[in-house]
Amino acid sequence: MATVSLKKLVKRYDNLEIVHGIDLDVADREFIALVGPSGCGKSTTLRMIAGLEDISDGAIEIGGRTVNDLPPRARNISMVFQSYALYPHMTVRENMGFSLKIANEPKAEIERRVNEAAAILDLNHLLERRPSQLSGGQRQRVAMGRAIVRQPDVFLFDEPLSNLDAKLRTQMRTEIKKLHAKVQSTVIYVTHDQVEAMTLADRIVIMRDGHIEQVGTPDEVFRRPATRFVAGFIGSPPMNLQEATVDDGKLRFANGSSLPLPRQFQPNVAAGQKVVFGLRPDDLYPTGHGINSGDDADVHGAELPVSITEPLGNETLVFAEFDGHDWVSRMLNPKPLKTGDRIGMSFDLSQAHLFSAETGRTLRG
Amino acid sequence: MAKATNSLPRTIAAHAILLLYTVIALAPVVVIVINSFKSRNAIFRTPLAPPTAETFDLIGYQTVLGQGDFLLYFQNSFIVTVGSLFLVLLFGAMAAFALAEYRFKGNTLMGLYLALGIMIPIRLGTVAILQLMVASGLVNTLTALILVYTAQGLPLCIFILSEFMKQVSDDLKDAGRIDGLSEYRIFFRLVLPLVRPAMATVAVFTMIPIWNDLWFPLILAPSESTKTITLGAQLFIGQYVTNWNAVLAALSLAILPVLILYVIFSRQLIRGITSGAVK
Repeated sequence: MATVSLKKLVKRYDNLEIVHGIDLDVADREFIALVGPSGCGKSTTLRMIAGLEDISDGAIEIGGRTVNDLPPRARNISMVFQSYALYPHMTVRENMGFSLKIANEPKAEIERRVNEAAAILDLNHLLERRPSQLSGGQRQRVAMGRAIVRQPDVFLFDEPLSNLDAKLRTQMRTEIKKLHAKVQSTVIYVTHDQVEAMTLADRIVIMRDGHIEQVGTPDEVFRRPATRFVAGFIGSPPMNLQEATVDDGKLRFANGSSLPLPRQFQPNVAAGQKVVFGLRPDDLYPTGHGINSGDDADVHGAELPVSITEPLGNETLVFAEFDGHDWVSRMLNPKPLKTGDRIGMSFDLSQAHLFSAETGRTLRG
Repeated sequence: MAKATNSLPRTIAAHAILLLYTVIALAPVVVIVINSFKSRNAIFRTPLAPPTAETFDLIGYQTVLGQGDFLLYFQNSFIVTVGSLFLVLLFGAMAAFALAEYRFKGNTLMGLYLALGIMIPIRLGTVAILQLMVASGLVNTLTALILVYTAQGLPLCIFILSEFMKQVSDDLKDAGRIDGLSEYRIFFRLVLPLVRPAMATVAVFTMIPIWNDLWFPLILAPSESTKTITLGAQLFIGQYVTNWNAVLAALSLAILPVLILYVIFSRQLIRGITSGAVK
């Protein structure tokens, strides 16, 4: 078990810089998720930690030891790949025991550890099969089994669930969480799926264009996004974000509509300042069909026309037009609505976010 | 994949074409084999008839096995073919792996250079090769033949195998690296087993021209102790008289080893294809 530190980590291909000097400290036994859109450098970062990519600048420490120049096998890590990367010409048992065999472990020990891992992952009955005879979910479990038997300091997961269908993905997500509880080791998990990151990780690292936007617990990144990008990336459906200008205690939007300036931001903004106003669908709801998380005084009401609805059964997503844009809201205990209906909407401004239009950073004090 | 149409006329047409091709391809071989079992008169009188009780004659085989060192010729051919094949596959696969796996300066140029041999026949360099062999004292040795055939077989081998090796997933090789495999072990334990069908194909393509070659044995190693089977069979073709029984018997015998090697490789090929379904 070990800590992992990235120090001013840089990756360049020729003259193109992909990762721009990122710093990150991962605690022992922590489950860290690197999340971001494709091309944000998260996989490259993971591969640098694994030793599969050279480091252009900076340092990586695993368990306090600088591993910059160590080959993957000397770093005591194991990795689970998106494509599973099982050896097709070996049985499940051989796949799982291969790394130990290479390390010249005694046969009995290999046998014991493979069986142990197989028991954890419920693979006992599949040990003599070949990868081609397994389903996607089973292959994924074998890939994890192969990682477990090495008893590594750090587990690296590279989008392990992306190749599975939605149902299996949810199931495997739970299994990964259980697995982490059982083996108690440091995990670095790369995904582009924010739901996976939110459900699995102790802390989430949100990356964009080779920079870290924010590091925080799922609750922190959801409730207190540090930047406009994080606000839009985390949460489903995404946060409503619109540019506005601060004007005499009000936020004036592009087409003339206005909202009261949320109280918590009043000390932090100046008149005339350009900002981005953000409100989650949960905090914008048809009046009487949502939960007010703050003071009643902070709830602003407005009557808006419905442009479209997406019923989900237990709730309905209502797209209502405000200032010329569709704003998505979450309607609990839904009742039927038609396009064009005018409904009373509640803006729970105590939960609103403001970001600087210039830098994209939060204006929270 | 598009489903094959099952209409009867199409099936018949397809089989007719295939059968015709089979007949054309096999006819010379069949003629050689049946005539090798006949007496000299019968060969000329009814060349297409199978041997009957009267015309059956093993004189050709008796001549071949009795006269000359035919077993030695066989052995020479075998050593040269298997030796060259081994070297071509080993070095070809290694070069192909390097070209497919590693990014280095001049990678593409190197690939082109190595593939150039496919387009330029090695026989154009015969004189230079002979001078080289004379200078290095390798004339009339099997080593000379093995070296030349290795050079001849490498370009195609590298070209085909590097394409196949590019298809082996990078994640798989990376998984091997994480599992602690050295680059050599990744090559031998992961990549080679996965490109086995391609290796078998290359082996067949490489083997047959080597076995059948007359040119280089004649020029580089015509001595009695290094003659190959194709060269040995020339013994019976004289300027005025040709011992057809012996020639046909020698040719029939020469088919056998290459047939056996082919069966071995094609089995590998099929096994490779079925285990390739694993992914």
